[in-house]
Amino acid sequence: MKVAIQREDFDLGAEVRAISRSPKIGAVASFVGLVRDVRMTLEHYPGMTENAIRQIVDQAAARWQVLDCTVIHRYGELQPNDQIVLVAVASAHRGDAFAACEFIMDYLKTQAPFWKKEHRTGGATWVEARTADDEAADRWEK
Amino acid sequence: MKVTVLFFAALREQLGRPREELELPAGVSTVGGLRDHLRARGGEWANVFAPNRPVRAAVNQEMVQPVATISAGDEVAFFPPVTGG
Repeated sequence: MKVAIQREDFDLGAEVRAISRSPKIGAVASFVGLVRDVRMTLEHYPGMTENAIRQIVDQAAARWQVLDCTVIHRYGELQPNDQIVLVAVASAHRGDAFAACEFIMDYLKTQAPFWKKEHRTGGATWVEARTADDEAADRWEK
Repeated sequence: MKVTVLFFAALREQLGRPREELELPAGVSTVGGLRDHLRARGGEWANVFAPNRPVRAAVNQEMVQPVATISAGDEVAFFPPVTGG
């Protein structure tokens, strides 16, 4: 299991290959989040961020078969179309890989201490949290 | 008792500081109590910690509710609802 909080970009293919080496693995589900249409700065809480994501990965591994997993989240200055986040889960079968990947992403949105600040002409504003994200995380409780 | 208080994102900018070493007055022993204590400073503190502002908190890097207790030497952080991913 790998959790990395970094300024640098990442290579989806290399990360997926790195968790696909065991012959037990029959499925890898991955999600990549991108910056949509505005330049932004991402701030985080060093130390807590890594711990929060590790706890989310542990919860996923307790619910589904997770043979390996990589989560990378970038911080700092990001441009439109830049990659922000990667979640990749390796399992024996696709059901567990899909579910664990979506669960980790939904919890990351509401539990991992990151904050986005958008830079538009006219000024910079902090992005407001969305209730839809809370609802997406809450549905896993049911 | 002495604690370290951290502020992130919009809170950090509005308060003009990322952290503060703070001697808690007797009677302040929870995260909610600390929030009330900071709000009572008035000015920008009253705005940032107004009851209707959504502020989240962590103690020693674990997300907590306002009833969570604080011990000497703890790292208490206040921040807006998170917006990563």
